[in-house]
Amino acid sequence: MCPALAASHPAAYHAPFALYAMNTPARGSLLGIEHLDKKQILGLLQLARRMHPQKARPLLRGKRIVLLFYEASTRTRTSFEFAAKSLGATTTLVLSSGSSIEKGESLIDTGNTLRAVGADCIVMRHPSAGAPHLMAKHLDIPIVNAGDGMHEHPSQALLDALTILRHKKSFKGLQATIIGDIFHSRVARSACYLLTRMGVRMTLCGPPELVPEVAATLTPGIRITRHIEEGLRGADVVMLLRVQSERLAGMKIHLQDYIARYQMTAARLRLAGRDAIVMHPGPIIRGLELTAEVADCSQSVIVDEVRNGVPTRMAILARALGRA
Amino acid sequence: MNNASKSLLIKGGHLIDPAAKINAPMDLLLREGRVAEVAAPNKIRGTSEEKFNARGLIVAPGFIDLHVHLREPGQSYKESFSSGTSAAAAGGFTSVCTMPNTVPVVDTADLVSWQRSPERGAVVNVFPIAAATQASQGQTLTDFSGLQRAGAVAVTDDGKPILHDEIMRAALQLGAELNLPIVQHAEDTRVTENCSMHFGPSSFRLGLRGMPSSAESAIVERDVTLTQQIRDARLHVAHLSTAEALKAVRRGKRARARVSCEVTPHHFSLIDENIGEYDTRFKMNPPLRSAVDREAILVALADGTVDAIATDHAPHAAHEKEVEFERAAFGITGLETALGLAISQLHREHKIPLARIIELFSSGPARVFDLKNRGSLASGSFADVTIFDPKKRWTFDAAKSHSLSRNTPFNGWQFTGKVIATIVGGKIVYLAD
Repeated sequence: MCPALAASHPAAYHAPFALYAMNTPARGSLLGIEHLDKKQILGLLQLARRMHPQKARPLLRGKRIVLLFYEASTRTRTSFEFAAKSLGATTTLVLSSGSSIEKGESLIDTGNTLRAVGADCIVMRHPSAGAPHLMAKHLDIPIVNAGDGMHEHPSQALLDALTILRHKKSFKGLQATIIGDIFHSRVARSACYLLTRMGVRMTLCGPPELVPEVAATLTPGIRITRHIEEGLRGADVVMLLRVQSERLAGMKIHLQDYIARYQMTAARLRLAGRDAIVMHPGPIIRGLELTAEVADCSQSVIVDEVRNGVPTRMAILARALGRA
Repeated sequence: MNNASKSLLIKGGHLIDPAAKINAPMDLLLREGRVAEVAAPNKIRGTSEEKFNARGLIVAPGFIDLHVHLREPGQSYKESFSSGTSAAAAGGFTSVCTMPNTVPVVDTADLVSWQRSPERGAVVNVFPIAAATQASQGQTLTDFSGLQRAGAVAVTDDGKPILHDEIMRAALQLGAELNLPIVQHAEDTRVTENCSMHFGPSSFRLGLRGMPSSAESAIVERDVTLTQQIRDARLHVAHLSTAEALKAVRRGKRARARVSCEVTPHHFSLIDENIGEYDTRFKMNPPLRSAVDREAILVALADGTVDAIATDHAPHAAHEKEVEFERAAFGITGLETALGLAISQLHREHKIPLARIIELFSSGPARVFDLKNRGSLASGSFADVTIFDPKKRWTFDAAKSHSLSRNTPFNGWQFTGKVIATIVGGKIVYLAD
């Protein structure tokens, strides 16, 4: 039998990725946070802290970076583009509409085409989980995941970590609560991996349809609560996720019920720590997952997150292309 | 070995024929497509034109696979009757039951006859399973009687379930009148839309929508209940994959309902975690389940709850698999790795006796679809024989597969237990190098 699968006990069934991979991803690829260790995460965050979009050295001069977007994006796309350009790279944007992708070209063929044209790195967003992994298996250039389906959004987790560090100095002893649609959220998965790895205690809060019990198996150090009051008590970081009303409808959750139970209001925020920060990956829907008052309050760091996106992505690209 | 020989003596082997309760060194004489004589070593009285030395080998009734996709008509770039049955022969299968989800769907007697025609070039026996509803749309029953006369051994909408209670009830009722089994692909597709794997920690980790176990077991529970309610109705649960569905099958069997089930080698060998990082070679439907489900399947294989091992051989072209996980086709090939997996996993790892494994490959499946004079080597049976070496170690190389497709998770796996010769109707159709 295949050696890793030989033992009869189920515990032996953790087959390592390398066993099956056709090829390992090119050095510098960032497919997710799950397989990064604490040292790698801290390295990226330290690099991000040193990055200044307005006065950056042209580390990536002559490099060609393709932004391959199969899904709509505003902040991720523009901040990757600014990040690349700040470092002197050339960028080109390829959207699924208006390209050969629309004509039915496969993901691997698109990747090979971009490689042949001269891409040194591909930053990709895709509605299907694992699409960047497929690309990375077939290409010898670094692939940066800018969000794949419900799976991971590593650059978002890193910029959120940078935002937390800039407000909290260190991760030590912190408690973070994520409220809302965890099930469909790649932001939540990446945040859980990153923050628990840094020793942050995580609480996931929402109804069972959006926060299934299985979410606690993602990584050690996660607890689940259905009650926002319980979720907020003692929290240093409160992260809200967008309510996707079309998904709620499919799950037979009433919007008004959701708002009543889980909307972040000024009164509820007072249950969290005095200097708790309020985060949101955006886009925010005022009046749904949070009130306008909370969105604009002094504890809200939502705009900081967006601002931190550029230096974080500069660090990711510099690492991807071996300039860090 | 001359394939045209009219008689063949298989000497020196250890014969295991669970249906005849034989598990002993025996010689076997085949003549004119039938088993002529079974006798203790060197006691065969009849003469033969050819001899096969089976010293150190197991001689078993020809294996029967209740569940293969040979893709014709319509998708011969994936597989053909010729290539698929060559793979079957290499895997020790002397008979295969083909699934009707071709293009077009096999829902008429003409299509059944077309599949059975010698022009298809099959090298093993082919028993078509026809569609249960027109175009497998789940709305209107097909002409069961006409399909049966044309040679269909069962009906199914495989790939899809028969979802509506009333249609399933009607199918079981009509099947009962004709003594025709209804084969169900048990999946409540109302809850598995856009799902590409089993629901559990692995699907959550990968961000993939998962099929809950209950999507299978709810349908099996309903079907078992319907089968109990209808006199003489026959239900066969295809590729059963969950512990909960096994409970429903046990309930039916205890109540003496005519309920049978099959499991695949991949479901008794692998679990959902083996998908790793989106490896589409591990994507099939039903999906690889949890370790708990696999354990339950191993118990059911040993205790007699499971009637047959069936491969669900589902060939696909590379371009249908080397895509995003959610877009990749469901299914893996399985004919050539079934015995290796059964002996390595079931016999060596889990101590299931060889006789029970052979039962699951021969008399068990023969009983499920009433394949007369098959699944046993009793005198007068069809001369379908599988000869294998239970101790031989070998490595499966998918590139050398007889199938047109290569979509297997078992490439490079080392197995114990290898098919040495496959004999169909007295003719050797496969001989190992």
